[in-house]
Amino acid sequence: MTELSNRTKRPLLEVDHLHTSFHTFDGVVKAVNDVSFAMNTRETLGIVGESGSGKSVTALSIMRLLKSPPARIEKGRILFDSIDLLEISMSRMRDIRGNRISMIFQEPMTSLNPLFSVGNQMSEMFVRHQGLTRREAWNRSVEMLEKVQIPSPGKRAREFPHHMSGGMRQRVMIAMALACDPEILIADEPTTALDVTIQAQVVDLMMKLRKDYGAAILMITHDLGVIAEIARRVIVMYAGQVVEEADVISIFEEPRHPYTRSLLKSIPKLGDASTHGRKRLQEIKGIVPSLADLPAGCHFYPRCPHADPICRQGEIALEEPAVGHRVRCIRHAGL
Amino acid sequence: MTNALLEVEDLKVHFPVRKGLFQRAQTFVYAVDGVSFQLNKGETLGVVGESGCGKTTTGLAILNLVRATSGKIRFKGNDISEIAGLPVPDQMRIRKELQIIFQDPYSSLNPRMTLNKILHDPMKIHGLYPGSERQDRIEFILKKVGLTPEQGKKYPHEFSGGQRQRIGIARALSLDPQIIIGDEPVSALDVSIQAQIINLMVDLQEEFNLSYIIIAHDLAVVEHISNRIAVMYLGKIIETAPVAQIYHRPQHPYTRALLSAVPIADPRAGRHPIILKGDVPSPRHPPTGCGFHPRCPECSIDCDIKPPELRSLGKEHYVACHYA
Repeated sequence: MTELSNRTKRPLLEVDHLHTSFHTFDGVVKAVNDVSFAMNTRETLGIVGESGSGKSVTALSIMRLLKSPPARIEKGRILFDSIDLLEISMSRMRDIRGNRISMIFQEPMTSLNPLFSVGNQMSEMFVRHQGLTRREAWNRSVEMLEKVQIPSPGKRAREFPHHMSGGMRQRVMIAMALACDPEILIADEPTTALDVTIQAQVVDLMMKLRKDYGAAILMITHDLGVIAEIARRVIVMYAGQVVEEADVISIFEEPRHPYTRSLLKSIPKLGDASTHGRKRLQEIKGIVPSLADLPAGCHFYPRCPHADPICRQGEIALEEPAVGHRVRCIRHAGL
Repeated sequence: MTNALLEVEDLKVHFPVRKGLFQRAQTFVYAVDGVSFQLNKGETLGVVGESGCGKTTTGLAILNLVRATSGKIRFKGNDISEIAGLPVPDQMRIRKELQIIFQDPYSSLNPRMTLNKILHDPMKIHGLYPGSERQDRIEFILKKVGLTPEQGKKYPHEFSGGQRQRIGIARALSLDPQIIIGDEPVSALDVSIQAQIINLMVDLQEEFNLSYIIIAHDLAVVEHISNRIAVMYLGKIIETAPVAQIYHRPQHPYTRALLSAVPIADPRAGRHPIILKGDVPSPRHPPTGCGFHPRCPECSIDCDIKPPELRSLGKEHYVACHYA
C-alpha cells in the first residue's frame, strides 16, 4: 500500500500505481506509467499536460472506456468508494459509469449520437440509472437543459445535435454528465474545442453547477490558464508520469520540477508584451519523447536545463519534499 | 497613406449557398463583409476573432486562394485583387511575394515529397536560384528554421508537429517573400513547442525584414508577436489599434469581452470575465445594424438599426461602435 492509506480520511477516488499500455505493431506504448493520486469529495483536481502525457488515458482507465486490445491496464488499482474499478464486472461498471462517475469529452459533436434527439439521449440516462418511465425521463431531461441555461429547453430537447452550436452541445454534455448527480465529474479538455467567449460561458456554468451539485471535478487540460482558474490542486503529467503535484498556488508560484518551471516560463502572458515590451519567450528545447521509446531514467532529461548524468541512472521516484507537494526530480532540492 | 506595403480596401467575400433544381444562389454567407486595413514594411498585424468571423477567409482572399467578391487589394500600390485574370508570369511575380503558413502542419505538407522536394519545387517553378545555387539555398533555409541539411532527404511523417511547422515556415521562406500570412501558425502545436516557433518567426522577421499577418485566436500569442491588432466579428473589423492600445484601452464592448474571457495562468488573478449571451450569429443571417448588438452588454436603442462605421479615435485607434 502507498502512503495514501495512512491519511485519516479515505479519499473518494484513489488511483494507485496505474500502468496502462497500448500493444501495437510498433511495440508497446506506455501511455500511463506508474500514476498515483487521490481525490477527495467535492474537490477540484486539475491534471495538466501536453498531448501524449497520459492525462486522457488516465481518465479513460478510470472510466474503463479503453478498448482492449490494444489497450491493457498492466498494473495498479483504482479505488472508488472502496470498490476496485479494475476488478468489477462490466455490468457493475455500467451502473457506476454515467451515474456515480461521469465524463465530459473534448469534442461535443462526436460524443453525441447524431441519430437521436438530444432529449432522447438524455432520457436514456434516467431510464437506465434511475428506473424512470420514458415520460418522466423526458421531463427530467428538459429540466436539466434548463439548468445548463439552454434557452427554450422544451423545444431544444426535440432537436438533434447538428442543430446546435459547439457551446450548446457542450452544455448538453454537461447536462447529461450531471443528470444522475454523480460524485465525480471527469472533464477532459471540455473547453478546448470552443471559442474564447463560449469557453468563458462554459467554465462559468461549470463553476456554478459545482456549487449546486457538489460533485468532485477532475479537470484535464493543456491550458494553464483554465487550470489556474478552476483547480485547487494540480497534477502535472509528462510522458506518462506524474512529475509534480501540489496546490494550485504552489504550482504557479513555487514550481519545483524543471518541466513545470519551463512550461510556465514558455507561455506568453496576456498583457505582458504590451506592458513591458516584447521579450524573447523561454523555449523548452527538443520535442516530447515518443512513448514507445522513452529515455532511460528521467523522461524529461533530454530537454531539461538542469540535466545531469545522474538523472539517467534508473527510475526517478516521486518524492514529497513538502506536505502535499510531490515532485519527480532527483535534483529538485538544489535548483 | 501610399507607402503601405499592402492595402486592403472594402474587401468582401460572399459565398453563395446554392439550392434547388437549377442550383441558383439564393442566399449568401457573408464571410468577409467590408474589411479594410494596411500593412507596412516589417510590421506584424495580428488578426483575432472567434471561429466564423472571417479572419482566415480574409487571409485566403489576399492570396487569391479564394476569390474576393469585391474590394481592392493593393500590393506596393498595384491592384492584385484580380490576379487570377492576369497573364501567368505576372501572377507568379505577385504570388512569390505573398506566402502563407497553414495551421495544420500535418495536412498542409505533401506526404509523398521529401523535404528537399517540398523546398525545391517552388524555386524551380519560379525559376529562382538556378543550378547549384538551389541546393545551397535549400540548405541555407533549412538551417535558418532550425533543421539540418541531412533532414532534407526525409518525408514529412518522419518529423514531429513542431518540426513540420518549421518545414511549413521553410516552404514559405524559400521564395524570398515580402509578406507571410500565418493562419493559426502555432495553435496545433503543444504548449512546450509553441515558444520555439514563435521565437523562430520573430527572428526570421528581423533577419529578412518580413511583414506578417498573423491570424490567430490566442490573444496572448498575438499580443506577443504583433505591432498592431485587428479584431474581427462577423466578417468585419470592429476595432483596430496598436497592440498596447488594444490590450490596455480596448474600446469596443466585444474586444473588452474577448480580452476578459482569456483565462489567466495565475491562480491569484481573480479575473471577472464579461460573460456574453448566446453564440456568434450565423454569417448567413447577420443581425441588422451592428452585428454585435444581440450579444452586446452595452447595447442601446439604435444599435439594431444603424450599422456603425469604423471611425478614428486618434493614435491609429479605430473602432466600429456608436458608443465607444
